Amino acid sequence: MRSVKSLKEIRRIIILHKRWDLIFMITGIVALMIAIMTFMALFAHMLIDGLPRLSWAFFTSFPSRHPESAGILSAWVGTTLVMLVTAVAAVPLGIGSGIYLEEYAPRNFLTEIIEINVTNLAGVPSIIYGLLALGLFVYQLGFGQSVLAAGLALALLILPVVIVATREAIRSIPVTIREAAYALGATKWQTVSDHLLPYSSAGILTGIIIGLARAIGETAPIITIGALTFIAFLPPSPVKDEFPFMSFEWLTAPFTVMPIQMFNWVSRPEEAFQLNAAAAGLVLVVMTLAMNGLAIYLRYRMRKNIKW
Amino acid sequence: MQIDQKEIAAYAQYKSEVKNLSFHYGAFNALKNIDMVLHDKKITALIGPSGCGKSTFLRCFNRMHDLYPGNRYDGEIILHPDDVNILASNVDPIEVRMRISMVFQKPNPFPKSIYENVAYGLRVRGIKQRAILDEKVEIALRNSALWDEVKDRLHELAFNLSGGQQQRLCIARALATDPEILLFDEPTSALDPIATASIEELITDLKAKVTILIVTHNMQQAARVSDYTAYMYLGELIEFNVTDTIFIKPKNKQTEDYITGRFG
Repeated sequence: MRSVKSLKEIRRIIILHKRWDLIFMITGIVALMIAIMTFMALFAHMLIDGLPRLSWAFFTSFPSRHPESAGILSAWVGTTLVMLVTAVAAVPLGIGSGIYLEEYAPRNFLTEIIEINVTNLAGVPSIIYGLLALGLFVYQLGFGQSVLAAGLALALLILPVVIVATREAIRSIPVTIREAAYALGATKWQTVSDHLLPYSSAGILTGIIIGLARAIGETAPIITIGALTFIAFLPPSPVKDEFPFMSFEWLTAPFTVMPIQMFNWVSRPEEAFQLNAAAAGLVLVVMTLAMNGLAIYLRYRMRKNIKW
Repeated sequence: MQIDQKEIAAYAQYKSEVKNLSFHYGAFNALKNIDMVLHDKKITALIGPSGCGKSTFLRCFNRMHDLYPGNRYDGEIILHPDDVNILASNVDPIEVRMRISMVFQKPNPFPKSIYENVAYGLRVRGIKQRAILDEKVEIALRNSALWDEVKDRLHELAFNLSGGQQQRLCIARALATDPEILLFDEPTSALDPIATASIEELITDLKAKVTILIVTHNMQQAARVSDYTAYMYLGELIEFNVTDTIFIKPKNKQTEDYITGRFG
């Protein structure tokens, strides 16, 4: 039997089909460019406005009525402390929950419900977490409008991210590695602590950093629990010069964070404060990009020895 | 199925006896009323077409099925000399796995150093003294014919070894804990012919030390390495006998058809 279509016909069809490849490629590039160019334009605008304001004094000065002497000292210190609380709370809770769900939880209806809810929690608007934190941490538990309450609020916010990242990272370990450990007589916990956690640490760490990078820019929940917009002092230092050389007073101190400082400046009518806002925004974006960069680097470094 | 008592009596005692073993994955009956024995310090091969249940059977010996929900064992696997039924619900699967080691189909070293791979089973058993670990690791690597190739790079990653070396490393890892039975689940199916030959040679050498049960999809391999062969089909043990008898004059028509390549 002769082929259904002549060679000429086949070649014509191939050219016709390849046209769609080209059309899709161009559409894809345009879509990508819209996203990247928008960000680049925003970033460039902020760079032009904010860069001249960046100086050593900008980082070491408190906010002020005079835009040229105002700085972000209380804001970046506040952000650092809040992030510290967030990380300390979210990391063990998130990793623990992830391991439990992936390795220990029985496969039943209840587990399924919990799993679906954890995934959905990542999509809850952040202001809802702010309201929850206001009711629970600020009033019910009496933490006040403090670094502690803010850090815990943001920890709740990024918990689903850490849990999902932990589960994905553990799940990507081949079942043969798991069985190798069990076949040698390892218990579940030995398998988790000697194998699953070490081999998934790159993925988990990436999840933590992505979560923190999201938390660092959050404004809504922090406003909800009542961060100050103008604050001219620092929380008490965690390091003391007398025994026991540590203090946790800073946990209960009032605070502000970078996005709130920005928000405060943006809402001022004076042009000079707008420039301050741009400079603070620049610092915030660089902090976020640096965290993402670190996540990529760590993933690369830690995965280098692992091939599967 | 009748075990030929006359031929079997010529050999040493049993290491293990399988009595009326059935196994279910959920509702699926994967093994049906299997009776068999493992002769002490001999190699027993399980052959049969894919899906016949030979790997399922092998994995009963170290209770691997306990890792997944919905599996059920019926019947007994008696381990001698203490006559314990390793499938009994009051026997901890971890205890069984500490007595019976396994080598998997694809080399599956941990992403750790060569040394740590071999030492892991010992660490699980609570051995911490460096001198004991060093000694046991060396013995295991010598017994798996890998020592000369890796003795200068024990602390390099196991992934840097070739496929055949990785599989011998996995054998060393399984040997380091002095198991009573060593299980092999198609250990050469992911390897090239040269690596396969060296693994087969190693398995033959190992029977002086340990009882071996090996699943293979390769009939020639069973004929080359094993002392006893069991032919399985659709979850049933069709014929079990001395390897030469199975391959030269099988008693069962089905076995003969499979051996001669009439189907498979």
